[in-house]
Amino acid sequence: MNDMTPPTREERVEKLKGLGCSRKRVEDVRFTHGKGNYVDDIKLPGMLHGDFVRSPYAHARVKSIDASAALALKGVVAVLTAKDLEPLNLHWMPTLAGDKQMVLADGKVLFQGQEVAFVLAEDRYIAADAAELVEVEYEELPVVTDPFKALEPDAVELREDLHGQDSGVHGKRRHHNHIFLWEAGHKEATEQAISSAEVVAEEMVYYHRTHPCPLETCGSVASMDKVNGKLTVYGTFQAPHVVRTVASLLSGIEEHNIRVVSPDIGGGFGNKVGVYPGYVCSIVASIVTGRPVKWVEDRMENLMATAFARDYWMKGRISATKDGRITGLSCHVTADHGAFDACADPTKFPAGFFHIMTGSYDIPVAHVGVDGVYTNKAPGGVAYRCSFRVTEAAYFIERMIEVLAIELGMDAAELRAKNFIRKEQFPYHSALGWEYDSGDYHTAWEKALKAVDYEGLRREQAERVEAFRRGETRKLLGIGLTHFTEIVGAGPVKNCDILGMGMFDSCEIRIHPTGSAIARLGTISQGQGHATTFAQILASEIGLSADSITIEEGDTDTAPYGLGTYGSRSTPVAGAATAMAGRKIRAKAQMIAAYLLEVHDGDLEWDVDRFVVKGAPERFKTMKEIAYAAYNQAIPGVEPGLEAVSYYDPPNMTYPFGAYVCVMEIDVDTGTHEIRQFYALDDCGTRINPMIIEGQVHGGLTEALAIAMGQEIAYDEIGNVKTGTLMDFFLPTAWETPNYTTDFTETPSPHHPIGAKGVGESPNVGGVPAFSNAVHDAFRAFGLRQVHMPHDQWRIWKTAHDLGLHG
Amino acid sequence: MSRMHITLTVNGEERELLAEPRELLIHVLREKLGLTGPHIGCDTSHCGACTVEMNGRSVKACTVFAAQADGAEITTIEGLGSPDGLHVLQQAFREHHGLQCGFCTPGMITRAHRLLQENPDPTEEEVRFGMAGNLCRCTGYQNIVKAILAAAEEMNTVKEAAE
Repeated sequence: MNDMTPPTREERVEKLKGLGCSRKRVEDVRFTHGKGNYVDDIKLPGMLHGDFVRSPYAHARVKSIDASAALALKGVVAVLTAKDLEPLNLHWMPTLAGDKQMVLADGKVLFQGQEVAFVLAEDRYIAADAAELVEVEYEELPVVTDPFKALEPDAVELREDLHGQDSGVHGKRRHHNHIFLWEAGHKEATEQAISSAEVVAEEMVYYHRTHPCPLETCGSVASMDKVNGKLTVYGTFQAPHVVRTVASLLSGIEEHNIRVVSPDIGGGFGNKVGVYPGYVCSIVASIVTGRPVKWVEDRMENLMATAFARDYWMKGRISATKDGRITGLSCHVTADHGAFDACADPTKFPAGFFHIMTGSYDIPVAHVGVDGVYTNKAPGGVAYRCSFRVTEAAYFIERMIEVLAIELGMDAAELRAKNFIRKEQFPYHSALGWEYDSGDYHTAWEKALKAVDYEGLRREQAERVEAFRRGETRKLLGIGLTHFTEIVGAGPVKNCDILGMGMFDSCEIRIHPTGSAIARLGTISQGQGHATTFAQILASEIGLSADSITIEEGDTDTAPYGLGTYGSRSTPVAGAATAMAGRKIRAKAQMIAAYLLEVHDGDLEWDVDRFVVKGAPERFKTMKEIAYAAYNQAIPGVEPGLEAVSYYDPPNMTYPFGAYVCVMEIDVDTGTHEIRQFYALDDCGTRINPMIIEGQVHGGLTEALAIAMGQEIAYDEIGNVKTGTLMDFFLPTAWETPNYTTDFTETPSPHHPIGAKGVGESPNVGGVPAFSNAVHDAFRAFGLRQVHMPHDQWRIWKTAHDLGLHG
Repeated sequence: MSRMHITLTVNGEERELLAEPRELLIHVLREKLGLTGPHIGCDTSHCGACTVEMNGRSVKACTVFAAQADGAEITTIEGLGSPDGLHVLQQAFREHHGLQCGFCTPGMITRAHRLLQENPDPTEEEVRFGMAGNLCRCTGYQNIVKAILAAAEEMNTVKEAAE
């Protein structure tokens, strides 16, 4: 080494593959070879297969269950019903929202597809056959799928188990189908601002029910080793450590005797945060039979029974001065939670972080009230590629801004710019109680408008309207604008917990003697590329190449406790823990280097991958040399080894933001659309891996496209799911999906150790209003104010028709 | 249920097995032959996660009975590339970030492999149309399309150099 030219500082930085580098993903070799290991790939000796008997009715009493024909089938081992689970007190389970949910139907069913019995058989074909043979006698009850009707005085009582209980975990219940009323802000002051305003716009904005629908459905393999008393559960868990704690509390098995493993996960998007009856049944069945039990749902089960998202009816009022200065914002939400309140939100926030609804705007006063309601629909209410209810909030404010612009007769881009929180106002305290960490909205906005030639687009649009009126074209042009602000990275333990477990996260690092390392985290990747990016954070902190650092997650026996991956919290929380643990490593390394170089540790400074004696750059010890010494040299007063762990409780959440513009052509006669251009500027603070950020943005935008333009979980009036397969539930293909242009500004978070904010969910949060606003904007000249999503071909045609555009 | 004796050539290797007449090829591949690269993502043959090549055509292995595949030549993702080296397509997917969670990837690459044999020099539009039977929830397709076009170019360059 000494006889070669030493690498320059730039070369050493490059070799680390640390922050800011578009490092290729380490996960990809095994995935492209088909060597991923997903839950359905797990096959244990003697493994049984479980399958559910599900309710065809949305609301019915279960009069009897006769499993005799099923049990007579060769290869069937058992059929479990609520009666079998009751002695274990597992026929119901707690939900993440503080409600309870039937594991198997206890006397009645409350939604179509609800789990009624669990069949156990030697293979999946026999289990499916046997499920068909279980005879269930039902007595139909009146069905309510409309949350407004559910709150009428004479509506049928859905949750008879809660009969007479006039308060729940989130306060007073004012009706037998009411779950909670949650409020934030100042009601009277807001009313006063609105009632005395020069201009008020009022609108009902509905964000329809949809589903995260990851390509891999949910499933688990439970294996109870009765000899050792150890339970191992493999499953599609976005929060494996929480699953272990919940499994321990429910089963009575001590936590050290439970190992939960999230193997590779085929996409999560919030669907795999919840705890589902299938997980519980596979565990119970393994405990009962002493054999491993696999449960993997099919697509129809996934769409019908596990974790819907959204379903928020948002009645809004926004007020302003005549020249467009916003003076107040009010919202009342009727939130359809389905049959059980199984939302995945921090305990203190039954409507999640919906009160980020003032968005990117400096609004002096605001109020929100959310009524949670039971209906005969599947439980859920998960954050589908967003932080808790943030996408609902972003959609609401970005629609209200558009409606206000119409009311004011003002350009919607100008109205936004006029009301943005200004750069110098950060940290900004919002009217609904948040402290926005950092932002520079005007710069992002101007960059976005310039990039798309906004004024040129408006001119073109005006010309198009004229041409349409002259009968020269049947296509309209929509310009969909959005400036969103997210709140992610839950969260400070003082106000964010799930089932009482504080929402910190963790990283544990072990440096090996030869200067490579392993780091384990409390999170779990579902495609975000953690094994690639967390190694980059660490490489920049400790000066070892990312290629020499293994990242592991998802095994509760080895990884430190953490709350998991959802709500874009991995980088803000576990990423911060990684940096902090890296800094502990470096602090110890500094002491070792001081001993080796025979100087005071204060005489050393860190330089990329080494400690250098100040003023004597030729005297240094690299991290690699230090690691070797840490294990192999007796250093007075210093323990051998080089390890560190950090549990990070963030002081605040992070507030990523972005400016999106969607340019859409709409054919008024067919209702079809074409995305001509989509420009997405994201500011996620410090950028760890630009390639991965861009990939996250492409993916999130495509999910937003799906939601805005066609994807829906729809029910008929008797509670039948009308969109239970991929035939009816829209997932865009390569054919329907446009190319996107991505861009960025970089405003670091002041409280995060490396300034990163999280990006995975931004494109979904900002994308949905951008697509929807484009549809609305195309028809603005013809008097359209508000139509409900999804904007599928029929609905767009209907909008054009109702506006009289078909002559 | 009586079982049928089935012989398949999978990734160049002859395999014999017994399967029920109703048994799907995807289950036989995954559970009897241990080839867990192809995945199951739906039950209506929309998602394409189970795509394999059968007698020189792309098929969704969830829509083929194992019995229909008796005597067939089948290639799965495990038949492309080797532990020592990635196939050009596998390398291109990695290079262009054409995958995230990896669940659709085996079907996606297997389909792209066949597409490029049918049309070695496709336009972007032809790639998008030819891949429309394979769903991805993570990438938004842009980088998948980029990867396939780049792989086509590289395969053509190699072919021209050889000629």
